[in-house]
Amino acid sequence: MSAAAPAAAGMFDCRDAFSATLEALAETDPRIVTVVSDSVGSSKLVNFRKRWPERVVNVGIAEQTVVAVGAGLANGGKVPFVSAAACFLTGRALEQIKADVAYSNTNVKIIGQSSGIAYGELGPTHHSIEDMAWLRPLTNLTLIVPSDPWETEQAIRAAASHEGPVFVRVSRMPVPMLERKTGAQFEIGESEMLAGGDDLAIIANGVMVHRALAAAKTLASEGIHARVVNMSTVNPLDTDAILSAAKTGAILTVEEHSVRGGLGGAVAEVVAGTDPVPMRIMGFSGFLPTGSAEWLMQHFGLTADGIAQTARELIARKRT
Amino acid sequence: MSSAAPRDLRNDITEHLRERALWIRRRSFRMVYEAQLGHPGGDFSAADILATLYFGVLRYDPRKPNDPNRDRFVMSKGHCTGAFYSVLAAAGYFPEDMLSTYMQPQSMLNGHPNRNYLPGVETNTGPLGHGLPVATGIAIAGQLDGADFRTFVLTGDGELQEGSNWEAALTAGHRKLENLTLIVDRNRLQQGARTEDTAGLDPLDDKWGSFGWHVEMVDGHDYAQLYEVLRRSPKGRGKPLCVIANTIKGKGVSFMHDNVSWHHGVPNKEQFEQAMRELV
Repeated sequence: MSAAAPAAAGMFDCRDAFSATLEALAETDPRIVTVVSDSVGSSKLVNFRKRWPERVVNVGIAEQTVVAVGAGLANGGKVPFVSAAACFLTGRALEQIKADVAYSNTNVKIIGQSSGIAYGELGPTHHSIEDMAWLRPLTNLTLIVPSDPWETEQAIRAAASHEGPVFVRVSRMPVPMLERKTGAQFEIGESEMLAGGDDLAIIANGVMVHRALAAAKTLASEGIHARVVNMSTVNPLDTDAILSAAKTGAILTVEEHSVRGGLGGAVAEVVAGTDPVPMRIMGFSGFLPTGSAEWLMQHFGLTADGIAQTARELIARKRT
Repeated sequence: MSSAAPRDLRNDITEHLRERALWIRRRSFRMVYEAQLGHPGGDFSAADILATLYFGVLRYDPRKPNDPNRDRFVMSKGHCTGAFYSVLAAAGYFPEDMLSTYMQPQSMLNGHPNRNYLPGVETNTGPLGHGLPVATGIAIAGQLDGADFRTFVLTGDGELQEGSNWEAALTAGHRKLENLTLIVDRNRLQQGARTEDTAGLDPLDDKWGSFGWHVEMVDGHDYAQLYEVLRRSPKGRGKPLCVIANTIKGKGVSFMHDNVSWHHGVPNKEQFEQAMRELV
């Protein structure tokens, strides 16, 4: 049921970074186990299972149990990585994520695979564009939306060493490796500024970051200097970076998620109470029509051109 | 336990459990009376099971609530905190006088248990159908490590209408988790009516058996039966154990017996005093 086209040269499926990192961690940490709901292949854990068959706990197609068993394994001293398609995992098992993981504050790592619209043509049942809105209010639950393979690896490593619940949203949509300064480091709760600029700020995460960077290049050629902030951690939020972004006079958020309740909502909550600033929130407005992931991105303007155009409109009404 | 325990020893133990259970009923009912909140009917159907577990079966040290080798007890019927908090206090996890803060502002004793407030609570419950799946995960951890701790979980019977239990039942049966014991408080009443008039569960033993569990039926108010079936070593059974404990909601107080209105009914002064006269 692979809906996404194979990655082109120079483009990557972040699930590969997830599984390679988890294998590397599991080599030295025997507490690490994976918990799956018939989702070994879709989580790219076939090789992990080959190496450590007993460390793959497969509960069958049972999302409530996959999360609850993760919580139980944590109680028994394991570091469980619960991995399944984000759409089912977060929707079906939301109460287990709330009660058994977040409220109980257990050391469970939840990996929402093929999040967003990666399943394209399979339709809204298989899209996961509501997950951030469902999970964001849950106390204790760290939320990370990595942008590329490097950040996916960092997020998985950070999740493993963080004592407490973490949700990592891992996409299968092809993304390039982003250019970063030598020595770049990932910290939970810290955003990164990937392009400087004070005409407006574009805050993005996940698969939208490289598109936002491309938009910033286009804008720069027109003399508009857009700051691009990769807000990969959604919980806890880097409020300092948001308040700094507000000082540019306009904030555009871009996410592969519903426009209600996700990154845009989170940013708006911060600035509304401190430094109200004109905003635009780019994302999806509701259940989506049939189409491939890339077609949906194009159709709804979640492209470099679409982001640049929205930025121009926003600048016209920016605070001066 | 070995079933060859001397007769007099067994009598000593059942007498001890009876005293503990009586204390749990009296103390929990006072909590509910003072808070004017709670679920006393289910507290009373579970009281003998909890007393047997904590004073006859479970291996634990309240001074080391996170000992990796402790037996785990998961209170899936998390609304019955009157009985659960009482037994935890009696077991030494926290001072008994904390019980008088039940459901008061800022109390550690929420209406449903929170492991981050209270030692001895393994997982936060309240929504039904959560305990068995979590307990299954704990038992899998024990199985993977070859550890010798056991995991016990107590559910209500109406709670078994939640589908999550049956997901976990499949996995526990499939993995032959002999270190896992489920006790069903089979009082046949749920919040609004009899289970069999709502979404019937019978034949409940056949259901668990067909999911790959070993099933035992006991009188959930008979200490000797509970003690024997819960103490028996699971080694070599090759299956998880389901103990269907036939109980009476409101057991111990005449006007509460098998009376659905005491699911979350709370006593007035007269009812409280009458109950205290009966619970001796």
